[in-house]
This record gives sequence, structure tokens and C-alpha cells, in this order.
Amino acid sequence: MKANCWMGKSRVEVQDVPDPKILNDRDAIVKITSTAICGSDLHLYNGFVPTMKSGDILGHEFMGEIVETGPAVKNLNVGDRVVVPFPIACGACALCRKGLFSTCENTNPNAWMAEKLWGYSPAGVFGYSHMLGGYPGGQAEYARVPFADVGPIKIPAGMPDEKALFLSDIYPTGYMGADMCGIQPGDTIAVWGAGPVGQFAMKSAQLLGAERVIAIDRFPYRLRMARERVGVETINYEEVDVYDALKDMTAGRGPDACIDAVGLESHVPGPLYAYDRAKQAIGLETDRPYALRQAIMACRNGGTVSVIGVYGGFVDKFPMGSLMNRSLTLKTGQCHVQRYVKPLLERIEKGEIDPSFVITHRLPLDEAPRGYDMFLNKEDDCLKVVLKP
Amino acid sequence: MAIRENSLIDMDAERRGPSRGRFSRNGDSRVSPERLAAGLGWFSIGLGLAAVLAPAKLTRAIGLKGRGVSQVAARMVGVRELAAGIGILVEPRPVRWVWSRVVGDVMDLALLTAGFTGRRVRRGRLALATGAVAGVTAVDAVCAQQLTALTRVSAGSPDGRFVHARKRITINRPAEALYRFWRDFSNLPRFMRHLESVQPLGERRSHWRVKVPGGIALQWDVEMTEERPNELIAWRSLEGSPVQHSGTVRFESAPGGRGTVVTAEMEYRPPGGAVTAAAAKLIGMAPEQQLQEDLRRFKQLMETGQVVVSVAAPSGAGPRGGAR
Repeated sequence: MKANCWMGKSRVEVQDVPDPKILNDRDAIVKITSTAICGSDLHLYNGFVPTMKSGDILGHEFMGEIVETGPAVKNLNVGDRVVVPFPIACGACALCRKGLFSTCENTNPNAWMAEKLWGYSPAGVFGYSHMLGGYPGGQAEYARVPFADVGPIKIPAGMPDEKALFLSDIYPTGYMGADMCGIQPGDTIAVWGAGPVGQFAMKSAQLLGAERVIAIDRFPYRLRMARERVGVETINYEEVDVYDALKDMTAGRGPDACIDAVGLESHVPGPLYAYDRAKQAIGLETDRPYALRQAIMACRNGGTVSVIGVYGGFVDKFPMGSLMNRSLTLKTGQCHVQRYVKPLLERIEKGEIDPSFVITHRLPLDEAPRGYDMFLNKEDDCLKVVLKP
Repeated sequence: MAIRENSLIDMDAERRGPSRGRFSRNGDSRVSPERLAAGLGWFSIGLGLAAVLAPAKLTRAIGLKGRGVSQVAARMVGVRELAAGIGILVEPRPVRWVWSRVVGDVMDLALLTAGFTGRRVRRGRLALATGAVAGVTAVDAVCAQQLTALTRVSAGSPDGRFVHARKRITINRPAEALYRFWRDFSNLPRFMRHLESVQPLGERRSHWRVKVPGGIALQWDVEMTEERPNELIAWRSLEGSPVQHSGTVRFESAPGGRGTVVTAEMEYRPPGGAVTAAAAKLIGMAPEQQLQEDLRRFKQLMETGQVVVSVAAPSGAGPRGGAR
């Protein structure tokens, strides 16, 4: 089959690879009908995630049709259309039982690698380094889905792929970002990053009852999309000081909650960027945390900072004093997608949201390398690339 | 129920050598090679600093010219010494670094010997220096050999290296289920990766076959020495086994209905005298890590009914019989 493979830093190639096989009784094989490039794939592309190997199949946002099931999979049949959550969860361990699916204790066969970097291991993830299981990803014609009786959700016959696809990651991830804010009536929510996840966080904050939502980014086209497609206020951090602007917009108090939908490759104008970029380049810090620093400093006293942008290792100049002295709450996590797929699918069915609003480009799988390049360099107002195998 | 802590918590046993546990020996009063290495490490750093900071003085002190080629050479020797010194002090068992000292000593001896051919050389001092380096070379070589012997788990040595590993894991299943599965030793190869097979030989005995790298198989008979239903199972290999092995697994209820705490302990020790390289390999296979991974697979099997595999597992370990 064809698959989009990581071949080293800044290099992906569509290659011919062996078809996946059922390896465990609870596996299924999915023939992929739609898959997408995620902002977090760019962290792999840019070489910021350790334990990638040349030839690894990328992709953790995918959906398709079941073509084979293992003998223990009773809830799915060949021909079912499913969306597959990006974290692989067993559904049986103590943490899955608590709904913390992305921290499943059983699905990372390379848990020892993650333990070295993070203390304990989270769940395995499709196409996201050997440290997270070394599972082949979904930017391919077929994928093996472990614990197929736990994760995949069936999609109603009439629903087009593009409405359902983002249940795999970015829609629930954005939703969890807003959910962790504990939004109360009248709340103002600021969202760093107007990429696809940020847009879903904004939309979800509105759905959860936020009074105002403010988007922060530096690309005019992304801010325009946020204004036009989601209906939020915007701040371009290259034009104004974010802290001052937010303080003014919230009449001196600060946003009730701040969402970091940027992660480890954030940017900032001025010499501070060069400082952190240099430290990152020589390995003194792995992640550049401007958005996170700003979000903490800008949040109102007693507010919540919700982190859904991906971080890999260590950050410097973390404003712990601001966090502690002002009674802030820091909430984080890779999305527990399995917890959200059903209620969010219902919202799509009810017409409350059509997740396809983030799509700007549709390419055949063969053109995945071009898709990565466009998405990375923000060419042609690129926000979200969907690939068709 | 309180978790019983005991003196067997010994995460670094295989690193520290035979100091504890059932198979340990007492009364060894020699300086350990690790301590000797640390002394050599500090010596390296001292010499290195002198050579880097005051190369001219050093070269004059050993009877050579203070300038020119010998000064450059002294600086380079200094850098090498500093690297070796830091390497020795940073690593718990710096075998390679101590061997690097031996190589360095030989280089120095060559340099000093070459020095005798030069003009304006104080031959008396140079001879003294050469003698001193020769002495250090001998100490380095002895230390390096001892460290190598320790690392190779030199089973035939009178010290009789043994390995003790202890790991714990919490499993979201009742103790009865875990006990029942483990009690049937023929299930063990489903999660203990180095075990090829376990065949029951009657009620309390079984025959174990173990794989080690290089395709060699070891085998021995095991007897269950204790069993307390839903609480504990203990076993040990019979006399005359190529590897003396013993193990215990305990099952205790975690508080608040949080499943069962499993504590496994294993010991391996080759018998005295001649022993196959295979036994040494088995014992050298990072037993703490291995036991941890075995317990993780046991947990997967008990909680999900399967040992989870990803084709791209970098260990190269594919699915095995019974894993599904």
C-alpha cells in the first residue's frame, strides 16, 4: 500500500510499504477514506520529537471503512464506517476506567522510553514516534487499529467524511481545551493559536457558554478566518502587546481562562525569540513556551490556564510565581478523545457545528509532501489539509 | 493493607556487586576496583589540570624542554587525562575509561622513550618519570581487568556474582485471578519474554527453557517452594541447575478497590566453577528492566486479554505464541 513516511527532518515521502495485518485479537484493519495533517505532525516534521525513525508512517487523524476484524472485536463489522481516535486506549485499566484514555497504562509497548523522558508513560499514539508506541500511522491506504472494540466510533451513513473526520483529534482536542476552562456565564476566554485546534477551541468555548472569545495569532488570514468563520475578536501579537490588549479588552481584570493551542514551537517578536530558539537548537531547552508564558501572565487572578498545545520536554523561564501567587489553575492533557466522540458526534448531527469549516486544502495522498510544506509555511492561506488515499 | 517494605529493596544490586542477599559473601577486604578507579579518576584530573594549565613547568619537571613540540604534546595529554578523569568519575563502573587510561599510559611511555633521543634532555629526570608512568600503567591495567571481570559477570570467580531484581505493578483485577494465572507456570512464557517454555512435571515441579542472545538455550527444573492462595508463590531451581534461580511473587489488594499490587522478586546466580557464557549472558541482560517489562506484559494480559504489539517495536520483538 501507499503511505506517507517520515524520512528525516523536513522530509516526508509517499512510499510503497507492506499492508498492515491483524496482530492482536482486538485489532481491526481500516481502509482509509480520509486523513489529515495535524499541526502536531509539523513538530515531527521539524524534528522536535525524539525517537522517530526513517520510514515511520505518519498520521493520527484518519477515518475509513472496516475491512477486517480480529476474532475478539464484536462491536464492529466489515463495511462499517468509523473515525479512529488518535490515542490508543485499552478501556480496561484504571485510568481508562476514569475516562483518562490518553494516559492508558497498557497501549504503549515502549513505555520505558516515555518513562525516561516524562516519568510515566501515556497511551500509545498512531504515527507519533517510537516513544509513543511506534504504531504505524494513518496517512496511508490502510491502518491497523489496536483495541478496535474501544476507540473507533461508527459514523451514520449519510454523514460526509469531512464532517466526521476531525472527531479523530482536533475537534475533541479543541473542545477539551474549552471544557477544562470550566466556563461560567459571562466568561471571557482567550485562545492562543488560531490554527485548526485553536479554531475548534474557540467554537467550543462559544458552545459552552462563553460571553466573549478572543483569538491571538500573527497570521492575518487565520485571524480573519477566526473572525469570519467562528465569530470571535482577534489580537495580532505582532502588532500589539498581548498583555496590554487583553487587559484593556477585559477592563483591567484579564480573561477568565486562557487556552494554549500553540505548543512547543511558538513564536514571539523581538530578541526573546532568538534567545529561546538558540537554546532549543543546542538542547538547553526542548520547547519554546512564549504562548504559555503569555497565557499565564495574562490570565485573571484565580483563572484557569488550559494547555492543549503539544509540549515535548522542558521549558525555561516558566512563570511559576505568577501561577502560584495568583491562585491560577493549570489544566493539561492530550485529548481523551474516546470520552468526547459520542457527545460531539451528536452536536454535529444536531447541526450545532460543522467541523469541515477549518478545511482549506484537499489533496491526494500522493501529494502529502506538498501538503506538509504548504501547512508549515502557511502558503496559500493554508489552515487544514485533508488527504485522500 | 499496608505494603510490606523489606530489606530486599535493592534496585542496584547488579550494579554494586555481591554485597547483599542470599548468595552474598562476606569478609572481602580488598579495595574494590570501583574505588580504585575513582582514585585513578582524581589522579587523571590532577595530572590533566597541571598539563593543561602549566605544560611548560610539567615538561621541564620530567626533564624535557619546556617549549615547542613537547609543550603542545603535554597540553594534549592534559586534555586526554581530563576527559578520562571525568569519564571515570561520572560512570558507576567505568570499564572503558580505565582501559582508555591504559592506552594513554602506553602512549605516554612511547612519548617519553622518544624523549631520550632529544638533545638538552635531563636523562635522570626522564628515567624517573618513565618509571613512574610504568608503575601507574600497572595499576591501571589491574584496575581495568578487575572492572572488566565484574562487568562480564565472571561467573567462575570466587565472588560468584548474582543478580537480584524486584519490581512492582498495580493491576486492575482481583488477586484471585492474578494468582490463578501465575500459579500455572506454563503461562509464564506468555509474558516473560526470555522464557521459551515451561513444562509442568507434576504438581510442584516444572521444566524451564530460557532463550539467551546468540540462540543458545538454557534449561533447568524448578520446584515451587511456597504457595499461599491469592497471596504468594515462591519457587527455586533444583540443585545442579546451570543457573541458580529463585523467585517470589506477592499479590496484595490495593486500597480503595484499586486492584491488586503485584510484587515480583527474582534472583539469578551461576554456580561456582566453569560456567557457560550463556548463563553469564542471561544474568547480564538488565534484569531489573526485564522484570519491569515482564510485569507490564502480565498487566496487559490480565487487564486486556492480550500482550499489545506494535509492528514497529524497536526491540524487534514481534508477536509470540499465546500473546494474542
